[in-house]
Amino acid sequence: MTDAAPASSEMPAAVPENKDGRGPWATALRRLRRSRAAIVSALILALIVLACALAPLYAGLAGSDPFRSNLGGKIMVEGKRVPVMQPSTTGLGLGVTPIGPTWGTAYMLGADTQGRDVAARLLYGGRNSLFIAASATAICLVLAAFVGIVAGFAGGVVDMVLSRILDVLWAFPVYLLAISLSIVLLNSSFTLGPVTITSGSLILPIGIIGVIYVPYVARPVRSKVLTLRQSEFVLASIGLGMPVSRILTRDILPNVIPTLIVFVPILLALSIVTESALSFLSIGVQPPDASWGTIIQDGQSLLYSRPTVALAPGIAIVLTVLALNVLGDCLRDALDPRFKLG
Amino acid sequence: MTAPLLDVRNLSVRFATEGGPVTAVQDVSFTVAAGEIVSVVGESGSGKSLSLLSVLGLHDPRNTTVGGAVTFRGQSLLDLPARQMRALRGRDIAFISQDPMTALTPVYSIGDQITEQIRAHEAVSAKAARARAVQLLADVGIFAPADTAKRYPHQLSGGMRQRAVIAMAVSCNPALLIADEPTTALDTTVQAQVLDLLRKLRTDFGSAIVLITHDMGVVAEMADKVVVMYAGRVVESGPAAAVFNDPLHPYTWGLLGSIPPLTGARPRRLPSIPGAPPMVGRVPAGCAFAPRCPARMPICSTEPPRIGTADHLALCHLSAEQRITARPPALVPA
Amino acid sequence: MIATILQRLIQMAFVMFGISVLVFLIFFATPGSDPAARIAGRNAAPETVAQIRHDFGFDRPLPVQYALLMKRLFITRDLTSFVNRGQKVIPQVLDAMPATLSLVIGAAVLWVIGGIAVGLTAAAMRDSWVDRGLMIVALIGISMPVFWLGEVMNLLSQSRFHDTWLFSWVPGLGYVPLTEDPVGWAKALVIPWLTLAVLYIGIYARVLRANVIEAYSEDFIRTARAKGLSEGRVLIRHAFRTSLLPFVTMFGLDFGALVGGAALLTEVVFGINGVGRLTYQSLQNLDLPVILATVMYASFFVVAANAVVDLLYAAIDPRMRA
Repeated sequence: MTDAAPASSEMPAAVPENKDGRGPWATALRRLRRSRAAIVSALILALIVLACALAPLYAGLAGSDPFRSNLGGKIMVEGKRVPVMQPSTTGLGLGVTPIGPTWGTAYMLGADTQGRDVAARLLYGGRNSLFIAASATAICLVLAAFVGIVAGFAGGVVDMVLSRILDVLWAFPVYLLAISLSIVLLNSSFTLGPVTITSGSLILPIGIIGVIYVPYVARPVRSKVLTLRQSEFVLASIGLGMPVSRILTRDILPNVIPTLIVFVPILLALSIVTESALSFLSIGVQPPDASWGTIIQDGQSLLYSRPTVALAPGIAIVLTVLALNVLGDCLRDALDPRFKLG
Repeated sequence: MTAPLLDVRNLSVRFATEGGPVTAVQDVSFTVAAGEIVSVVGESGSGKSLSLLSVLGLHDPRNTTVGGAVTFRGQSLLDLPARQMRALRGRDIAFISQDPMTALTPVYSIGDQITEQIRAHEAVSAKAARARAVQLLADVGIFAPADTAKRYPHQLSGGMRQRAVIAMAVSCNPALLIADEPTTALDTTVQAQVLDLLRKLRTDFGSAIVLITHDMGVVAEMADKVVVMYAGRVVESGPAAAVFNDPLHPYTWGLLGSIPPLTGARPRRLPSIPGAPPMVGRVPAGCAFAPRCPARMPICSTEPPRIGTADHLALCHLSAEQRITARPPALVPA
Repeated sequence: MIATILQRLIQMAFVMFGISVLVFLIFFATPGSDPAARIAGRNAAPETVAQIRHDFGFDRPLPVQYALLMKRLFITRDLTSFVNRGQKVIPQVLDAMPATLSLVIGAAVLWVIGGIAVGLTAAAMRDSWVDRGLMIVALIGISMPVFWLGEVMNLLSQSRFHDTWLFSWVPGLGYVPLTEDPVGWAKALVIPWLTLAVLYIGIYARVLRANVIEAYSEDFIRTARAKGLSEGRVLIRHAFRTSLLPFVTMFGLDFGALVGGAALLTEVVFGINGVGRLTYQSLQNLDLPVILATVMYASFFVVAANAVVDLLYAAIDPRMRA
C-alpha cells in the first residue's frame, strides 16, 4: 500500500462470495417447478390417482356393482330401459353382445362379457394396478439399495457372490422369470414359516415384480457405492475410525438417494406394464380382483365387436406410463448438475 | 501500414444462464498482423478462450450472442454465411484446443483424422493426402511418422498428441493459428519443445499465431504483442517489450510479479494477487479489477478510461505520476 | 485372446448352471406342492405319478434329482413332453425357432434403421419442434404395452379397416413358413414386425439422441468443427460413431433376449408359433420338460448375446483393445 491510494471503506476488500449457493435439492425442485412438461405430467398422474381412488364413489353414481355378474340386468339409456346384454348375431356368438358405450353415467364405456360396468371396473382395476406398482417399486428400491450398498461397500467375496447372483437373476429373461414364478406360486399356496400366502393374494404379483427388477437397480447403486467408497470424504471417515453404520448412514446413503429417486418413475412405469402383461396372461391379478391387464384380457373375446373394453384400459396404461416417463425425464434433467439452458 | 490479418473491434459475448443473460466478454479489441505472435493472457475465466472461439464461430449459437466487428483479411467474420465460415476454418484459420487428451476423436487413427482435414479443403486423392499427413507428422518432430499415423490417440503420449494436433491444424497452411493454452496440459520439457515448434511454424510458413495462455513466462518467450484480459475486458495491450518494461495496469503488475525471479535475492514469498476474479455476470460496476487492486482509489467505482499511446493501451484511472508511485520498483528493469 | 474366450466360456457355463438351478428350484423345490403331480400334468393316473416319482428320483435328495434332470435334457436328450405325450422336447423347440427368428430379425432391421434415423434427426435438430415431436412419438411408443398395441393393430387390420386398401392384404393371424410361400410369409409378418419394432424404436431413438447430444459437448467435436468439416460429417462420423458403443451393447442384449423367446407376448397376440408361444403354452400347461428346454434355450441366447457384445466392444472402440 502506498499513501497515494488509501483503502476506501466503500470498496470491498475482496469480491463477495457467491450467495446463490443453493443445495442440489432446492435447485432441482426449482427447475421442476419451472418445467411445463413436469407440471402437466404430475397433474395427469394426480388426476388418474384421484379418479381411481374415488372408484367407489363412481360405482355408486353409476349404480352398479362392478364385481357381480349382471347378465340379466337392465339400465336406463336416454330414457329407455334396455337390457345390458343385447341380442345380436355377432360378438360373443351366444346370441348376445354386451351393450356398447352409452357415454352416460351408467355403463359409460359399455359392459363386458359378464355384463359388468367397464368404466367402474376400470377405476377399481386402476386402484389395483397402481397399488401393485407402488408397492413393487418400494420393495424393489429397498432390496436393491440394500444389496447394492452391501455389495459395493463390503467388496471382496461378498461383492463377488452378490454380483454373480444378480447376474444369474438378470440373465434369466425378465418376463420368463416373472411368468415362471407366477405360475408356480399361483398353483399352490406359498408357505414360508408361519406365513401362508394364498394364490389369489395381491402380494404375489407385488413380490414377484419387486424382486425381478432388483438387478436393474442394484447394479447402478453398486457402481455408485464403489465410486463413493473411493472418494476422499469416505476414506477420511474410515481413517477417523468411524463405525461402519455411521459411514453408511451419513456418507453413503444420502449420496445414493438421488440415484434411487431417478428410478422411482422408471420402476413405476415398468411395474405397471409388467403387471398388466402378467394379468393379461391370466397369471397376475386373479378374479374376482380386477386390474387394467385383466380388463384387457376380458376384452379379448369382444375385441372386434366391443373394442372399448380392451381399448380403455390400454389407453389408461399409456397415459399413466407416458406421464411417468415424462416426469422421469424431467426429474433426471433437474438433478443433473450439468443442466444447460436452451 | 498494411491492414492487419485479423482485426477484432469491440467484441462482446453474451450468453443465457438460468439467472438471466450475462455478459462474459465486453469491448475486446486487438489486431494480429501477418506473421505476428500475439499472446492473450489472463486467469481462468477471464474470457480469453471464449473471445477467440467466438471469432471462429465455434460458440454455441443457441444461447450465445456475439457482437462487435471481426474482420479477417478484410472479410467480416461475424455475419459470414455458415458455408463460407466452414471453408475458412481449418484452411485459413486453424484452432488448437487446450487438452490434447480429449481433442482428437478416439475412434479414428491419427492419420485418418489429418487426412480428413486435408480432403475437406483440397481435392486430393486419399493416397496423396495420407502421404502429406505422414510428412506433416515428421515435420512436427514425430519419430516414425508412418507408424504413428496408424495409431489411435489413446496410444500416444501427451506431447506426441499435441504435436499431432498441431500437425493437423497446419495441414492446409493456415495464415492464422489460434492456440488455446497449447502447453498447459504438458510437462515443462515438452512445453519447451511445443513452443519451439510453434515458433518454427511462424518462421517456415509465415503463420500468425494467437497464443492464449495464463503463463507469463510463455508470453515473455514467444509474444510480439501482448493482450491482457481480466473479467472479460482487455485491461492492457501493447508490444511485448513495452508491456514488460513499462506495465501500465496494476493487474499486469500482479501477473509479472508472480513470475519467480531468476536473479537477485530469493524472495521470502511469491507475491500473489489477493482475492479471486469475479464470476461471470457478477462483475462490479466501474473498474472490474478495483476490489483486488493495490492502488485503488474512490474514483475506481466509475468506468476507467483508456490511457496510454495508440500502440500501448490500458484501462485504468491512474495518472502517470500515481502509477510511478504505486508500481513496485522490482517490476521495472533498471 | 484365447484366454479371454476361455474365460468367457467358463463364465457363460457358470451362468447357465445358475439358471438351470434356479429353474429347478422354482419348479421342484417350491414348498407346498408335489412336483411329480405337476410333471405328470393334470388328469394323470396315480400309477403315472408314482412312475414319474421314481424316474425323476423325487425320493432322492435334491442334488441327485437335479443331476438326473440335466442328464435327460442334455446327454440322453430323450426328454419328452408330458402333455403331448411322447413328443420329444428338443426337436419341438428347434421347430419353433424359424418363426421366432423371422419375427425378431425382421423387427430388428426395422428398429435399427428407425431408431438411428429418429435418434440422429432429433439430435441434429436439438430442441426444435422436430426434435420435440419425435421424442414425444418415441415416448408414446415406449408407453404402449406391446401386447395391447398388437391387439389394437389386429383390431384395425383384421376387423375395422380390413376391407380398405390399407389392410386388405393382411392375412389371418398365424405364421407362414418362408420356404412355403415367401410372399405370404412377409405379408403375415409385416404387422407383427411393426408392432414389435415400435417399442424398440422408441427406446433406441431416445438413447441414441441422449448419447449423441452428450458426445456433442466433447472437445473433439469442437476440433472437428474447427477443422472445417460439415455439420453432417461431424454428426455422423464423429458424434454418432463414438456413441455407437452403448447402442450396439443394448442391441446385442435385446436381440439375444428376443431370439430366446422374450417376444412371447407378440407371438401370442399374433398367433405365431415361435419359441415364445411354445414357452407360454408350456408354462400354462405346466409341461415341465418343455419349460426346462425353453428356459434353458432362452438363457443360452441371453448369455451368448452378452458374450458376443463383449467381444464386439473391442471391434468398435479402439480404446478397448488392450
